[in-house]
Amino acid sequence: MARVVVDVMLKPEILDPAGQAVVNALPRLGVSDVASVRIGKRIEIEFAGDSEPDVERAKEIADKLLANPVIEDFTVRVEE
Amino acid sequence: MTARVGVVTFPGSLDDGDAMRAIRLAGAEAVPLWHAEAKLHQVDAVVLPGGFSYGDYLRCGAIARFAPVMGLIVSAARDGMPVLGICNGFQILCEAHLLPGALVRNEHLHFRNRDQLLRVDSPETAWTNAYTDGQEILLPVKNGEGRYVADPRTLDELSASGRIVARYLRGNPNGSLRDIAAIRNEAGTVVGIMPHPEHAVEELTGPSTDGLGFFTSLLKYLTGVPS
Repeated sequence: MARVVVDVMLKPEILDPAGQAVVNALPRLGVSDVASVRIGKRIEIEFAGDSEPDVERAKEIADKLLANPVIEDFTVRVEE
Repeated sequence: MTARVGVVTFPGSLDDGDAMRAIRLAGAEAVPLWHAEAKLHQVDAVVLPGGFSYGDYLRCGAIARFAPVMGLIVSAARDGMPVLGICNGFQILCEAHLLPGALVRNEHLHFRNRDQLLRVDSPETAWTNAYTDGQEILLPVKNGEGRYVADPRTLDELSASGRIVARYLRGNPNGSLRDIAAIRNEAGTVVGIMPHPEHAVEELTGPSTDGLGFFTSLLKYLTGVPS
């Protein structure tokens, strides 16, 4: 069954303190050359039945529920 | 007639009991509303209480916005019914587009639980008319995702139109932009606030009784509204 994958990221101008916390932890692993980490969400949608994945409906779902357009951007793609 | 004020209980609401108590102490009838029931039971106003509705899954307030009772609340609010969203309730009001902007993770990542001084900057709303302009009040604040954000144009507009209802004083607990603790809609009927007025209504349990004014304000407002 084909899946639709929605990636949700905070908009670039919105501070991501969780990502910053990861950057701050990296030197403890001996990693000192990472300038920025930003954390988002990956959401996998499977529609019922055998029909082709409905990207348009996935976009609607993402826009209305999965992402908040005030603070987040999203992309929708079919996973082969 | 006694005013009827609804308090919605979502799965994961925490402060619905305190909100109902605050409403009763102010002299109104507290009416429990259930998230899954599309009924408003003839209430005159609604409080969306604090907590972690639907486990805060996805984003705070994102799923609560689609609860059956919320559809009725959103349309009643658009028709002028007063709604107060406290903490998680504020997040729900933003998700439901009754208020602009959003509430995101605290800048320092820590959950903040402390008594917080605020300044009331918009005492003309249905929920704040008991206060004077610039009055300082002490309320508990307790949140992990209470940082108010909006784009600069929205922030300027809120500021210019006097829609910032309260600002944090002596230290911003979460990195909220422009020290915003509470905002309102244009009509002044819908107010969202991060700190908790319902936890500051009795000497025994609160840091002050400064929060009671939100609920007495509503009663005063409702007596002036033709039913």
